[in-house]
Amino acid sequence: MSREIAETQSATDESDRSVPSGFEGDLSFSFAGIRAGFVTCLPIAFGVGAYGIAFGVLAREAGLSLPTAIAMSATVLAGAAQFVAVGVWDRSIPVGTVLVTTLIVNLRYLLLGASLRKWFTRLSARRAYGSLFFLTDESWALTVEDLRSGSGRGAFLLGSGLAIWVCWVTATAVGAVAGGMISNPDVYGLDFVLPSIFLALSVGFWDGRETLAPWMVAAIVAVTTSVFVPGQWYILAGGLAASLTEVRGGVR
Amino acid sequence: MFDDLSLAALAVVFGMSGISYVTKAGGFWLLNRVDPSDTTRDALDALPGGVLIAFLSVRLLNGGPPEWGAALVVVAIVRQTDSVLLAMASGVGVVVILRGGIGTLA
Repeated sequence: MSREIAETQSATDESDRSVPSGFEGDLSFSFAGIRAGFVTCLPIAFGVGAYGIAFGVLAREAGLSLPTAIAMSATVLAGAAQFVAVGVWDRSIPVGTVLVTTLIVNLRYLLLGASLRKWFTRLSARRAYGSLFFLTDESWALTVEDLRSGSGRGAFLLGSGLAIWVCWVTATAVGAVAGGMISNPDVYGLDFVLPSIFLALSVGFWDGRETLAPWMVAAIVAVTTSVFVPGQWYILAGGLAASLTEVRGGVR
Repeated sequence: MFDDLSLAALAVVFGMSGISYVTKAGGFWLLNRVDPSDTTRDALDALPGGVLIAFLSVRLLNGGPPEWGAALVVVAIVRQTDSVLLAMASGVGVVVILRGGIGTLA
């Protein structure tokens, strides 16, 4: 995931400079564009579906009902934020923590959305803002690649996002139904699914030695906060601490 | 099927949807008007990793040797294969085996 974010940076930077001249024509917004995005993204969407099943199982285990789990995948459509949400979900829902962590984890989308401005400003507001609902790490990466090639397919994000959406929602339903049938999840190690996914994702976010300081500070702040502050606020505290450490390190 | 459907839970979900959409569309809207500084980019980039590490440090500290062993396996496999799913499946497998082994020894 971090590699994609690294690509965001370069794509954002380069798109400002290296768009070929004569490419300033109109973008199409056609069924063919939707179809191209959908078909291109489908193999990746199946991979996303595998996480969707894991998400469905975890959501049931965390106490979400089947319709709630499906509604979350259908309307939030942001894997990392959803996994963190079910990680902190409880019988009495920690509303503040869930909403603020969703914001924090999704803030990176600001940059992904911004990197599309080169092209999306040439679409109608309705089409641009409608397509942006389907922005995910995967659909974004494919869309930037397609648009930079000069395809002029303004509906590519909508198409690739729809492929992700269909697989993510279907897989969530499958996982949630299966998860509801498992009576004692710890026996199968299911309580370790979420930590495993987070560990694997964090390896992707590792960016060499400069990541060490922010992460050590995040861990220390999180553990300390968890001891002194009830609830799940340690997650926010750790995330913000990493961000501040990163910025201070950059200033030096 | 719908007996445990809670309106409060749905309200939280729709709150999450609204926030997610604002971040997805907000970058296009806002950064169309203001160019983010490098510092802002760095700060935003560091957030997801920090959130994951915060969650993991507390979760693993409260775990035991089976979780620690499985965590090492997950990191090793994802670094070797780049496959999150394979690493996840291995981590879960190792945690089950280690828990069973320790249970038998005890």
